[in-house]
Amino acid sequence: MDKTKVIKFTMKNSTAVLFVLIFIMFGLIAPRFFTVKNFQNIMSNASYIGIIAVGMTFVLLTGGIDLSVGSTMYLCAVICGKLINEARMPVLSAVMISLLVGVLIGSVNAFAITRLRLVPFITTLITQTIARGFGLFITRSIAVNYPDSVTLMSTSKVLGFIPLQIFIFLSVVAIAAIVLGKTRYGRQLYAVGNDLESAKKAGIRCDRLIASTYIISGLLAALGGFVTITQIGRVNAGFGSGDEFDAIAAAVLGGASLFGGIGTVFPGTVLGTVMIEMIQAGLVFANIDIYIQPIIMAGIIFLAVFIDSVRTTQIQKLERRNILKA
Amino acid sequence: MAEVVFAYKNITKRFFGVHALKDVSFELERGRILGLVGENGAGKSTLMNILGGVLQPDEGQMILRGAPFAPKNPLEASSAGIEFIHQELNLFTNLSVSENISISRFPCLGTSPLINKKKMRESCKKLLRSLNLDISPNILVENLSPGERQLVEIAKALSTNADILLFDEPTTSLTAKETENLFSIMRSLRDEGKSIIYISHILGDVKSLVDDIVVLRDGQVICGGPIEDFPIHRMINLMVGREISNVFPERHSHAKDRVILEAKHVSETGIVRDVNITVREGEIVGMFGLMGSGRTEFARMLFGVDPYKEGSITVCTEPLPKRNPQQSIKRGLAFITENRREEGLLMDYPILENIGLVSLPDFSSRMTRMVDSKRLFKQANEIATSLRLKCNDLKNQKVKSLSGGNQQKVVIGKWLLKHPSMLIMDEPTRGIDVGAKYEVYLIMEQLAREGTGILFISSEVEELMAMCDRIVVWSQGEVMHEFEKSEFSQERIMRIAFRQSLEYSEEEKAVVNGQD
Repeated sequence: MDKTKVIKFTMKNSTAVLFVLIFIMFGLIAPRFFTVKNFQNIMSNASYIGIIAVGMTFVLLTGGIDLSVGSTMYLCAVICGKLINEARMPVLSAVMISLLVGVLIGSVNAFAITRLRLVPFITTLITQTIARGFGLFITRSIAVNYPDSVTLMSTSKVLGFIPLQIFIFLSVVAIAAIVLGKTRYGRQLYAVGNDLESAKKAGIRCDRLIASTYIISGLLAALGGFVTITQIGRVNAGFGSGDEFDAIAAAVLGGASLFGGIGTVFPGTVLGTVMIEMIQAGLVFANIDIYIQPIIMAGIIFLAVFIDSVRTTQIQKLERRNILKA
Repeated sequence: MAEVVFAYKNITKRFFGVHALKDVSFELERGRILGLVGENGAGKSTLMNILGGVLQPDEGQMILRGAPFAPKNPLEASSAGIEFIHQELNLFTNLSVSENISISRFPCLGTSPLINKKKMRESCKKLLRSLNLDISPNILVENLSPGERQLVEIAKALSTNADILLFDEPTTSLTAKETENLFSIMRSLRDEGKSIIYISHILGDVKSLVDDIVVLRDGQVICGGPIEDFPIHRMINLMVGREISNVFPERHSHAKDRVILEAKHVSETGIVRDVNITVREGEIVGMFGLMGSGRTEFARMLFGVDPYKEGSITVCTEPLPKRNPQQSIKRGLAFITENRREEGLLMDYPILENIGLVSLPDFSSRMTRMVDSKRLFKQANEIATSLRLKCNDLKNQKVKSLSGGNQQKVVIGKWLLKHPSMLIMDEPTRGIDVGAKYEVYLIMEQLAREGTGILFISSEVEELMAMCDRIVVWSQGEVMHEFEKSEFSQERIMRIAFRQSLEYSEEEKAVVNGQD
């Protein structure tokens, strides 16, 4: 009985266990890994993937998936840049419009999934292609550059010491954590992901909830795109491609289940995002061949998804109905 | 005379022309517990689904508090003060107890979307206290025992101030102590003026708990009244006693000495315990038990679909590998599953493809792996003819266009093409009409004559008694008793399945004799 309790505890806290293991591993390989400067860099790099991963967490909680976020980032960043450069629009209005585009893409996903009853995987794969297609059409695949007014934002500090991107990331996390943990909407979202049929029976408007998660994901993808351009100041045709993979990985590493109903923004997804950046930084510190790095990265993500699958079946097994009477 | 809260009036419901309910009428009084008993398929769930707004009756109506009541969906039933406590719970395991209870109507802080956690916890605590449940409102449901979950489900039903509560087999996953606690809560709810309908297969519980009883058989109310007039043996008699004539073909025993299938001490935690079963060549062995007694689970272990921890299964004296259906098929096992729509057939595919499904490797050339469709068609056609399958076009007609009985024949045909030496049939006659049943029985008799061993799972005692050489009775994951043909008695089999002792007690004997 005690043994199953230990197994259950490890299963349910696999994120933290994995985090500590990786942390110690890189510390042993490269002692320089433990520096304040390094951690600041990790946090800063984690912010944009983190913002997208928060949106992804909402979608994953319902048992869905959003593959369109990388392209959404690209299209929104392109529109924002074009509005500033060519339409001479103030930065703030351009950003607002680009966020609205993110909402629009999310709404298309939501409509197709909850009204047309398409599978999330296929739907968001299609919008992924469409969004990038639009971006390429607008730019003719030529890179977009951003004026200094945008790039200087990345050096600005909120309250004098928090870099802007980290501030935005933490704000998103704080709002999302409150929404998921303390509001009616958030708790019902968990219910929908746990058991859709029961949620319907409980009178929860499941379709509306599911739809909202794709809109949130689209909005946060657009925001993530903006945060990135403040840091790099230039958007080329490959911008954001593959980032959906990192966002999903961050959420899943953070303990979100692909089957829905399990996962948190804080600490879960935040931990997952930091973990991904930590691995990337750690691989650099450990002088791993740059071409090998993605393979190791993917291996670790594979491990996390594998643990998720084992965890789900194991927990089910532990909680299986008992016909026998003792 | 107590006030009637709810009444069924002449309810009739048909599924595809077959009566599921026929002219059912009975009443539920305020402050009473009404027991509803009947065999599997007697119509209990259909009746409850009609009350819950899941199904609509074809004829008749319901009266709720003096007014006609016709819920179109579960939500309408719920807002009319009717709540269900199902065998499968509708709880969200990833949420806390208090969240589960108020999931449909969270109390909020003023007009903000934030949940008023304090208020939610307080009202939850009050409910839990009224149910004598000593758990924290903050604990996640996944950490609760089945009994505690059941009580949380009841708390959820009570939180809406429902005054009619339906309990459908609520004790299947409870321990004896939890069951006793549940009953005392149900009694105190009754004393507060709530009306309760209680459905259960455990007649001893029904006897001790309910005030009134209604016995259903074949979709009709057979008898009803105060529980004092219904000793357990009378309930059983009423539930099963139907007239049978010419429903079954003549049976001869073809059992040989050679053992085809032997299961020894098979156990799996929480599913089955120490099961020993043998099937001989040409023998039809029945497995009887109530739903959830472990019969189907055991059949799945035999066929290698599900794992088992201890024990061994041998086919023709050679051990059968665990969890390997391919090997099981190779060794001559065939499994006609309980649920033909989902597990037995590809509904949108033609008959021929369904019949050929399992035997495709036998019909493909060794070199190219291409299927010899001519040979397949020829043999499938022979099988279809011998099964008297009624269809227009073997090659193009989709399985879903066939009647239930003919669909079942396709499933059987699929396995006969493999010429199995051991056939496991799980509820092969469920949901098909009497004529089609007769033909399925004929097929079984024919196969037995040819030497096939048959393991026949059914919830209908009569068909088992008519068709089997031996009957094994299951209850709660264990084999309770084995009846030889000469010992067959409907009542005795039912008594075992309901965990009563085989013989009447002196007291019951007196009642039976008195009635005679």
